[in-house]
Amino acid sequence: MKYADEFRDKEIALGLAKTIRAETDPGRPYRFMEFCGGHTHAISRYGLEDMLPDNVRMIHGPGCPVCVLPAGRIDMAIRLAERSEIILCVYGDLMRVPGSQGASLLKAKARGADIRMVYSTIDAIRIAEDNPEREIVFFAIGFETTTPPTAVMIRLAEKKQLSNFSVFCNHVLTPPAMQNILESPDIRNIGRVEIDGFVGPAHVSTIIGTAPYEFFAEEFGKPVVISGFEPLDMMQAILMLVRQVNENRHEVENQYSRAVTRDGNLRAKEEVSDIFELRDQFEWRGLGPVPYSGLKLKRAYARYDAEVRFGMNELCVDDNPACECGAILRGVKKPVDCKLFGTVCTPETPMGSCMVSSEGACAAHWTYGRFRDHQQRRAS
Amino acid sequence: MKAYQRKLDIRNGCVDLSHGSGGRAMAQLISGLFHEAFGNEWLARGNDQSAFDVGAGRMVMTTDGYVVSPLFFPGGNIGSLAVHGTVNDIAMAGAKPLYLSASFIIEEGFRFADLKTIADSMGEAARTAGVHIITGDTKVVERGKADGLFISTSAVGIVPDGLDLSAENARVGDRVLISGTLGDHGVAIMSKRQNLAFETEIVSDSAALNDLVARMVEAGGAGIRLMRDPTRGGLAATLNEIAQQSRLGFHLVEEEIPVKPGVAAACELLGLDPLHVANEGKLVAIVAPETAGAVLVAMREHPLGRDAADIGEAVADDHHFVQMATSFGGGRIVDWLSGEQLPRIC
Repeated sequence: MKYADEFRDKEIALGLAKTIRAETDPGRPYRFMEFCGGHTHAISRYGLEDMLPDNVRMIHGPGCPVCVLPAGRIDMAIRLAERSEIILCVYGDLMRVPGSQGASLLKAKARGADIRMVYSTIDAIRIAEDNPEREIVFFAIGFETTTPPTAVMIRLAEKKQLSNFSVFCNHVLTPPAMQNILESPDIRNIGRVEIDGFVGPAHVSTIIGTAPYEFFAEEFGKPVVISGFEPLDMMQAILMLVRQVNENRHEVENQYSRAVTRDGNLRAKEEVSDIFELRDQFEWRGLGPVPYSGLKLKRAYARYDAEVRFGMNELCVDDNPACECGAILRGVKKPVDCKLFGTVCTPETPMGSCMVSSEGACAAHWTYGRFRDHQQRRAS
Repeated sequence: MKAYQRKLDIRNGCVDLSHGSGGRAMAQLISGLFHEAFGNEWLARGNDQSAFDVGAGRMVMTTDGYVVSPLFFPGGNIGSLAVHGTVNDIAMAGAKPLYLSASFIIEEGFRFADLKTIADSMGEAARTAGVHIITGDTKVVERGKADGLFISTSAVGIVPDGLDLSAENARVGDRVLISGTLGDHGVAIMSKRQNLAFETEIVSDSAALNDLVARMVEAGGAGIRLMRDPTRGGLAATLNEIAQQSRLGFHLVEEEIPVKPGVAAACELLGLDPLHVANEGKLVAIVAPETAGAVLVAMREHPLGRDAADIGEAVADDHHFVQMATSFGGGRIVDWLSGEQLPRIC
């Protein structure tokens, strides 16, 4: 598989693992948070934990847009889809995300709601064109990476003069969430985990560049390495973080120089800023309300804003109080520290955000890594 | 009676409710289309059932429903799939499949031409596998009540004396063999689904495995502990199922598991794992270590086992985990798929 196999070479990986081992100081811990669920998935799927020294610990952050979507937003979407005039278009992995009381889009569809799985924003436009008598709502979700396609879709709807098309906007932003992990008031309650550096998501930076993290690295004194999602990318990024820590540096470094620049994709950024604006705050499942972390459509595009068009009311649903997602997302606790993990909370019956999609910290550990818990128990 | 029947307009006609009503139209459909495609001495007698001779050995029986979408895909269609899938369920017992039944639930408006193509490929698949479709049923439902066509097939076969393939036979140290590349069928189906027009040359691996199984049994005999075809849920589901039933664990080696580059690339694009993707012409065999080499050679000599591989071994494990050494150098679990396999957004 060209452009992928090159980044999965075992020999190079073993060489990198050896270098990491040689360069880490056995007397100190190295705690790195990979913010993005894609990284968490790669670490688990390729078993990278087995290749790192014991004092290098990867902390799985909150960065899966599906996981962090609060139950209230799912409930809002279900209510919308239950209206007979509406066809709700969603990406596949949203279908199973739990709303309140076990509701989900998959169950709503089974009860008769017209919910269609789409693979791209263009599919939603096609459905709108094919069904002029219905109202088509696209459930937009994702970080900075998936926002430009939503912007392009709104432009296209405008160009085609589609009057039956709108967007339920749930786009969120990476840097404010990273900031929240380090300085949220919740830290007083759940404690703070020491994080020695961050692995930043490369796909986000292909759009926003590396510059937005510079303030973060400076202000919090934490190194950030923007990394790709192939396992060799991850290993190299970890080595770069180890070196920064050893040299007492806290800079933004770019491991993914094959696609990421300091300024990112100017045209995409322009499109996004033309159509979207910041929400004062947006609720993240597990993190709670995070200031200036979400986007909504500007007033000039209100006719494409499903929340305005259908008078949708914000619904707030409390997470299960026994769920430790808040602490797990911040790296204070591990999945196995949560008493719901693997008992009532499994990928089949997810209770909290970390178990919702395959990229969540708990789901990744359950699916790929839980044999290590038994190995550790046996060893101790 | 046949003289009073008009010929079906296969090219332009379509199924309507009268074709399921039990009247003349239904008889016309059955004789003009299904009997034509499946033609054999048992069907020709025109009874509501078929009597057949049974040879020595234990009988096995299975049944399966086919609701695949799209109905036509690269490398086959719902008809050939309905024969292959059920023949394979019989073959996994080490048995020789003999007779099949086929039940059709057809949505009104379904084109005769498509139905003929499907029935013809069922007939051909059955002839190739050496089985006979000897009884069947036809129902027509109103438009909107079925996705074009559903097919159910059942089959019976005979297990030779002295052969007893079952999960509880598996032992620590047994080898895990697979007959070829994984995920071809699932990716071929996905490539033709609405809204997902990615270009791939992958065709379904749909095939009847009874002949391959006969060669394996010849080479390995009772050294073959059990066989399964990794259909829905893929290899991951199959091995987890065997692990639970045999109360063992499995250690796999990712580098040894054959996956076509096109399948790997499509899975990468959609965020799927080839180990979870469906197969329709592959089998997994758990084989005693001393027999595994001979069985593997026999598999590779057969056209349906050309890419056969030894991918791991059975181990003692109280948790019945299926673990895998990744080709990258780490380790991971190969778990059951959770819910339906859904593409990720990023």
